Amino acid sequence: MLDCTPKEIKERTGGMINPAKTCQPIGAMYAALGIHRCLPHSHGSQGCCSYHRMHLTRHFREPVMATTSSFTEGASVFGGGANLKAAIKNVFAIYNPDVMAIHTTCLSETIGDDIPTIIKSAEIPGGKLVIHANTPSYQGSHITGFSNMTKGMVSYLAEVTADIKKEQVNIIPGFVNPGDMREIKRITQIMGIKYNMFPDTSGVLDSPMTGQFVIYPDGGARVEEIRDAGNSKLTLALGAYASADAAFLLERKCRVPARVLNTPIGIKATDEFLNNLRQNFAAEVPRRLEEERGQLVDVMTDTHYHFHGKKVAIFGDPDIVTGLTEFVLSLGMEPVYVLTGTPGGTIGGPRGNFEKEVGGMLAGSGIQGRVKAAGDLFELHQWIKNGPVDLLIGNTYGKYIARAEDIPFVRVGFPILDRSAQTYLPVVGYRGAMRLLEMVSGALLDRADRDAADEDFELVM
Amino acid sequence: MAVNEKTLDAILNEYPAKVKRSRKKHILIKDSSLGRQEIEANTRTIPGIMTNRGCAFAGCKGVVLGPLKDMVHIVHGPIGCAYYSWLTRRNKAKSEDPGKNFLSYCVSSDMQESDIVFGGEKKLARMIDEVVEIFKPNAITISATCPVGLIGDDIQSVAREAQKRHGLNITAYNCEGYKGVSQSAGHHIANNNLMERIIGQGEMEDPPGKYTINMLGEYNIGGDGWEVERVLKQIGYHIQAVMTGNGSFEDLKNAHVAQLNLVQCHRSINYIATMLETKYGTPWLKVNFIGVQSTIESLRNMAQYFGDEELIKRTEDVIAKELAEIDPMLEPYKKICAGKTAFCFVGGSRGHHYQGLYRELGIETVLAGYEFAHRDDYEGREVLPKIKADADSKNIPDLHVNPDEKRYRLKIPVERMEDLKGRIPLSNYKGMNTEMRDGSVIVDDLNHYETEELIRILKPDIFSSGIKDKYIPQKMGIPSKQLHNYDYSGPYAGFRGAVNFARDISMSFATPTWNFIVPPWKDRPLLAGTIDQCVNDLCAEE
Repeated sequence: MLDCTPKEIKERTGGMINPAKTCQPIGAMYAALGIHRCLPHSHGSQGCCSYHRMHLTRHFREPVMATTSSFTEGASVFGGGANLKAAIKNVFAIYNPDVMAIHTTCLSETIGDDIPTIIKSAEIPGGKLVIHANTPSYQGSHITGFSNMTKGMVSYLAEVTADIKKEQVNIIPGFVNPGDMREIKRITQIMGIKYNMFPDTSGVLDSPMTGQFVIYPDGGARVEEIRDAGNSKLTLALGAYASADAAFLLERKCRVPARVLNTPIGIKATDEFLNNLRQNFAAEVPRRLEEERGQLVDVMTDTHYHFHGKKVAIFGDPDIVTGLTEFVLSLGMEPVYVLTGTPGGTIGGPRGNFEKEVGGMLAGSGIQGRVKAAGDLFELHQWIKNGPVDLLIGNTYGKYIARAEDIPFVRVGFPILDRSAQTYLPVVGYRGAMRLLEMVSGALLDRADRDAADEDFELVM
Repeated sequence: MAVNEKTLDAILNEYPAKVKRSRKKHILIKDSSLGRQEIEANTRTIPGIMTNRGCAFAGCKGVVLGPLKDMVHIVHGPIGCAYYSWLTRRNKAKSEDPGKNFLSYCVSSDMQESDIVFGGEKKLARMIDEVVEIFKPNAITISATCPVGLIGDDIQSVAREAQKRHGLNITAYNCEGYKGVSQSAGHHIANNNLMERIIGQGEMEDPPGKYTINMLGEYNIGGDGWEVERVLKQIGYHIQAVMTGNGSFEDLKNAHVAQLNLVQCHRSINYIATMLETKYGTPWLKVNFIGVQSTIESLRNMAQYFGDEELIKRTEDVIAKELAEIDPMLEPYKKICAGKTAFCFVGGSRGHHYQGLYRELGIETVLAGYEFAHRDDYEGREVLPKIKADADSKNIPDLHVNPDEKRYRLKIPVERMEDLKGRIPLSNYKGMNTEMRDGSVIVDDLNHYETEELIRILKPDIFSSGIKDKYIPQKMGIPSKQLHNYDYSGPYAGFRGAVNFARDISMSFATPTWNFIVPPWKDRPLLAGTIDQCVNDLCAEE
């Protein structure tokens, strides 16, 4: 397995080997599915739309509906305006969504198609909406694309219609699973605070088996809700990379104050999320949530010796990885390698500063580790070859490294292509942290059991 | 229920006029009394239609090049195209030297905005140098993604320079996603380059075995190629090169020595098959190793081609031995499958190939079609001279080869060749349509709307297609089988593969999970009880 990866690390500048990111449009497609009755549309070659639908379908094991402008060589030379206009007409005539959410591709960006102008000259049936986001694949990553489509929702839909801000919070959940979005909503409901979550893919990409297929399932943020986001008192952007830009745009456009928080993975980030809700809405944290927190702390303390001092490598999307790093630190683990493929500080890219923030966490805990943005899994593997770890946490692609180096592996993030049910279950909130803890301890202890000599094999651990 | 012209029209009438005009030509109801029925294929998908089709890059790098294991396949472009074509197709490969199998690596030049503005050639050249230094592969391919052609990066010259620098075979493929109308364009582009720059570069002059063959259009999905090889080796064939599942640069270089080329997937590899015939005089045989009967027929046809009594006998012996092993295993599955119907919409050859296997299990294919085939895949190669080139197909160059001065030789005498052509599909493919029953529906480039409507009317018992449409019928309660990647199972080819397929299909009918779709309280009243009769104003309770 990965037998061609040498231990010796040499500097590379030619591109990525075994990437830890993909391109913007898939993130935009995922975000757009978080609007109720919305059909994402890929303005580019057919292959883009096909690849994104395939990949999202493999992760969610759900139908992923999306259309394409089906560029040909002619369209690439003369511009994709005619294709997009035809697509808009056909999409509403045949698939009848309420919203069509167009994202661009490296093809249409390179030739410079001006999407707003094309939309203006297209035939759009009354009452229907077309929104768009520029998502050039040669900037940022899929997280950038998610962020850009979420920004598109704000710029096209959110508006101020009331003089006084309403006692409600906007929550931008970031690139997380529907199960996470449900959990964030559940916590906010227990806090007794009215919320607008967008995008919200729960009920769309975790829809139940009913014996019926519906092209637009019940879930997703309603257009009225996104509109009303302009009237909210506060926006909580969960995850700087996926959510901050949209929150700041909403602040500029509708004067809704924006707070950027870490994705509430683990105890500290969940505490921070609740603190923000508590202080801004003068809502006391109910006993139910304190009980969930207390249960988590109980288990963490009961089993701290399963985790303490264990070295871990974490990779994936920046907001998720930041949360995971903080959580494993609070378990006493040592995240010695932390890597994301998403670059920081690109033009039009996300505003997070991964290396600084995660580096700060490690320094704060006195851990010497490597932290890298815009990295790849080839390099992560080489780090591990040079200094082994006890555990690897990341998306499915990590299984090759885990097998090559024979290290326990916990699957968290996007995409997970070889296991099921994870999209329905949260990693956020106290319950999500409990689930993460169970996964991590399961992986570590299964390995301890596997490696133990018969005389050292323990009944109670 | 069957589909007739009237029901078909009702479906099409929901389309805008332009879409209806186009789609009508892509759908047929099989009627053998009409002779060869014409279908439109390999033409543009209308924008906004939810198609299953991909792009030229997917056909070139993803399908044809990707499985070649001892080469590093560099994707020149932004990150996505390399990422999505990384380990997603199940083209298995095994190398004696694990240090020469690069299939679990994804290499992308990861173009950034500055590369788009100032050109990406230098970055690509650096990536080639790094790949040579780190991996020392036997050869390298470079596949272009959309922006590469638009900004004018000359990947051919980058490859030429790098080849000089490193003394390594480095080929570049201009398979930008916007070329052609589907994956098919990419197959053709890959075929051209492999033929021009790799096949025949080896030094072998004579076939290494008595019956030396190449297997073309076999991608070893789920280990299909290995199962076919197991059978062929028992009979005594020597397999020189497989194109391209578990294939290698080293074997491909010497593919010219084969005495016969087998063609499994006609669509993706027929260009190489015909060029090998022109250049080296090697005929090709259309085979189908999906399904027991098709496998038997393919093996018998191969034996007939070589015409050796000993080979013919060994072929029959192996068939008998294999049948004795699998027949009892298939029986229980046939009972589960009998009388059922299927949709079979796949790629460019499986839409045809799986119908026979379904039929053997007692499942009738009521609708079939291809995602990216051409008319000859439906109507047979006799239609080739009648196909008019359009703006999209003209953009894909045809490679013309000539007989090789040193290596061209007739493998069998001309008269025997003509005689065989009358009996076996030698250098010929009759297409899918001939084998379909009257009244069945043939759809090219089936889209989401038509899928939903045709399922509603034909109510198939099983839907077989790919990952993008898998969960749509499944939500309706209809079992759904991916025939691109076999739902991570396989092999499905050959004798043992047929058993695997029968087991998996039966499992999809028999899984208890279907029984839970309707909650048990759905058809029951909320309050249940009886109303007692009151006698003499006194009720029983009182």
